[in-house]
Amino acid sequence: MRETVLKIENLSKLYRLGEVGTGTISHDLNRWFAKVRGKEDPFAKVGQVNNRSKKAISDYVWALKDIGFEVKKGEVLGIIGKNGAGKSTLLKLISQITAPTTGFIKAKGRVASLLEVGTGMHPEMTAKENIYLNGAILGMTKKEIRAKFDEILDFAGCKMYVNTPIKRFSSGMTVRLAFAVAAFLDPEILIVDEVLAVGDADFQKKAIGKMKEVSEGAGRTVIFVSHNMGSVKDLCTSGILLDNGQIDFASNNIEEVIDYYLSSNVLVDRNINDIDRKGNGKIVFSRCELLDASGKKMKKFHTGDRMTFEFDLEQKSTDQLDAEIIIGIRRKDDSPVCFLSNNYTGVEVKISEGVNSVRCVINNMPFTEGDYIVNLMVKSQNQICDWVQDVTYFQMERASFIYENYVYPENYKGFYIEHEWTSK
Amino acid sequence: MENTNDNQWDLVVKPTSSWFNLKLSELMRYKDLLFMFVRRDVVTIYKQTILGPLWILIQPIFTTVMYVFVFGNVANLPTEGIPKPLFYLSGVILWGYFSEAFSKTSSTFSENAAIFGKVYFPRLIMPLSKIFSALIKFGIQFALFLGLLVYYLITEPENINAGFTMILLPLFLVLMAGLGLGFGLIFSSLTTKYRDLKFLIQFGVQLLMYATPIIYPLSMMEQGSATRFVLELNPISHIIEAFKYAFVGNGSLSAGGLVYSGIFTLVILLTGIVIFNRTEKTFMDTV
Repeated sequence: MRETVLKIENLSKLYRLGEVGTGTISHDLNRWFAKVRGKEDPFAKVGQVNNRSKKAISDYVWALKDIGFEVKKGEVLGIIGKNGAGKSTLLKLISQITAPTTGFIKAKGRVASLLEVGTGMHPEMTAKENIYLNGAILGMTKKEIRAKFDEILDFAGCKMYVNTPIKRFSSGMTVRLAFAVAAFLDPEILIVDEVLAVGDADFQKKAIGKMKEVSEGAGRTVIFVSHNMGSVKDLCTSGILLDNGQIDFASNNIEEVIDYYLSSNVLVDRNINDIDRKGNGKIVFSRCELLDASGKKMKKFHTGDRMTFEFDLEQKSTDQLDAEIIIGIRRKDDSPVCFLSNNYTGVEVKISEGVNSVRCVINNMPFTEGDYIVNLMVKSQNQICDWVQDVTYFQMERASFIYENYVYPENYKGFYIEHEWTSK
Repeated sequence: MENTNDNQWDLVVKPTSSWFNLKLSELMRYKDLLFMFVRRDVVTIYKQTILGPLWILIQPIFTTVMYVFVFGNVANLPTEGIPKPLFYLSGVILWGYFSEAFSKTSSTFSENAAIFGKVYFPRLIMPLSKIFSALIKFGIQFALFLGLLVYYLITEPENINAGFTMILLPLFLVLMAGLGLGFGLIFSSLTTKYRDLKFLIQFGVQLLMYATPIIYPLSMMEQGSATRFVLELNPISHIIEAFKYAFVGNGSLSAGGLVYSGIFTLVILLTGIVIFNRTEKTFMDTV
C-alpha cells in the first residue's frame, strides 16, 4: 500500500455572487456577530449548489461542497468536469491561493502549482534572470536552481537566448521556459492546470513525457486539470469528475471516469428550449425529433436504417426568409462525423411567420456502432440565427446484415460503406 | 493504519489561522525570493530610460533646489544656520525613504493580484522586498547627502555640527522602515475591499510631509504650543529631528521621543501584520 501524500476532507468554498463591496458591511457585521455567538454563518446556510444554468436564488453559492479524497504517492490524478464545475477552485485551494470556507487539506512535501505558466516573469529581464526569479517564486532556493540551470535551459530549448530579455521571446518560447522551470522544481506534489494548451505539438509531447517521468520515475504525485480528454487519458492513472462543485464520480481507472463524463455530459435528452444558444434569434429551433422508418420517435438505429430529423422552426416577423439549415453530427468524444445542409442538396427552405416544420431524411445510415450527438444551426441572410449544441443524441447498433461475429477494429470505427467483393 | 496526527503532514490548510502567525520559518525558506524581487525592482525600474539610475539622484536634487527656492528664499523659513541645501536634502531623503516604503507596500495586493492569484509564496515577501529596494535607493541618495556634507564641512565647518550619534542611523532606518511597512500593510489590506483608500494614500503622504519637520525645524514651534504638541504626536518627527541632529547638528535628540516612535512603530507593525495575515488568505475572492 502506497503512502497517502494528499488528503482532502470535507472541503467547501463559498462565494458571494454579484458585486463584492456593495452592501457587504451589513453582511460582514452579521457574519461577525454570528461567529461571536459561535453560530454557523447565516449566509452560508442558504448557499445553494453551484448550477450555472439555474437562476440564483441566494446571494451565496458553493463553488465546492464537501469534497473529500486522497491521493497516493506517484499517482497522477486527473480532475475533469464542465466549465464552472469547480476544478480551478479546487486547485486554488490546494495550492493555497485562497483559503477554504470549511474543511482541511493536508499534504506531505512541497506542493507546487503550475496554474498558469510564466507567472511572475518580468519581460525586461533576461531568460537567465527569469529562470532564477521564476524558480524562486515557485519555492526553489538559489542553490537548487543553479544546480539545474543547464537542464532547464536545455529542456526549454532556448540556450541561444540566455541573455535576451524575454519580451523579445515568442509566447511559445516563454511558456516553454516557464514550464521547464516548474518541471525541474521536483515538488512532491505538482499541480498542473491546462498549461499544455499552449506550445506546439512537439513541446506538448515533451511536456507530457516530462510529467510522466516525474510521476513514474521519480514517484512524484501530479494533479492535472484539463479539458483535453486525450492528454488526460494519456497521463493520468486515476480521476475525479466534478459537477456543480461536488464529486460526481471517482475511480482509480481514468478511462472509467472519462467514459462516465462523456456519456453523462452528452447522452441526455434535453428540452431544446433550455439549452444555451447563440445567434441573432430571428429564426429559432423549437422542436427536434428523430424518427425511424415507420415515423416513430427513436434513439436507437442500426447501420443501414432510414432516419428522419424533424424540426420546428419559429419566426416572428412577417417576412418570408430563405434559410440554410445545418445538422452537425459528432461522436460522443466530440470528434466530427458529418455535416448536412439543405444547401448541399440545392433545396430552398423558406421560413414564414409562426411555426414551420422541416424534415431531413438519411437513407441507409452509414454510421457504425457508438453514440452520436446532434448540433443544429440555422442561417439566414448570411447570419447565424440560431445555433444549438448537443440538442439530441442517437445510438447506433450493429446492422443485421453485418456478419454477427465480426469485430470492428477500434481505430477504424468510421463509416460503413456499401461494397461488394468478387473473387475468381 | 489511519493516523489523525497532524504532525505527519508538512502542510495543513485550514479555513482560518491563528491571529498572529508570522510563519518565520517559511519566510526564511523563501529568503532567496526576497533578494530576487529586490534585484528585479532595482534592475528593471530604469530600463529603457536615458538617464537610468541617475533618476534616483535627480529626484532629491531637484526637490532640494525647489525647497531652497520656495521655502528658503521666498517663504524665508529658518534653517538654524545650517546651509539650506544640506538642511532640505537631509529631510528630503529620509522622508523619501518612508514615503517610498509606505506607498510601494500599500499597493501590494492590488498590484500583485495576478501573481498572487496563481502561485503561493509567503505574501509578506512582497512588501518586505519593497522595503529593501527602497533602502537601496536611500543608500544611493545618502551617499549624495554625505558628499554634500563633506563639502560643507570643508567650506563652512562652523555651521555644521555632526555628532557621534550618527551611529544611530540604522535605528532611524529601522524605525522608518517599520512605520512605512506597518502602514503599508494596513492600507494594502484595506484597499483590497475599499478602493477609495488608494486616493487617500496619494495625497495623504504629501500632506503628512507638511506635518513633519522636513522643511522647517521643530524648534521653530514654541515649546508647549499646540502646534508643537501635534508635531510631536507624529512619530516620524522625532526620527527626522534625531537624524538631523546626528548629521548636521540642528534638531534635537530626544530619547523619550525616540522611545515613543519605537513603541508606535511596533504597534503599527504588529497591527499591520495581523491584518495582512487575515487578508492574504482570502483576498483573491474580493480583490
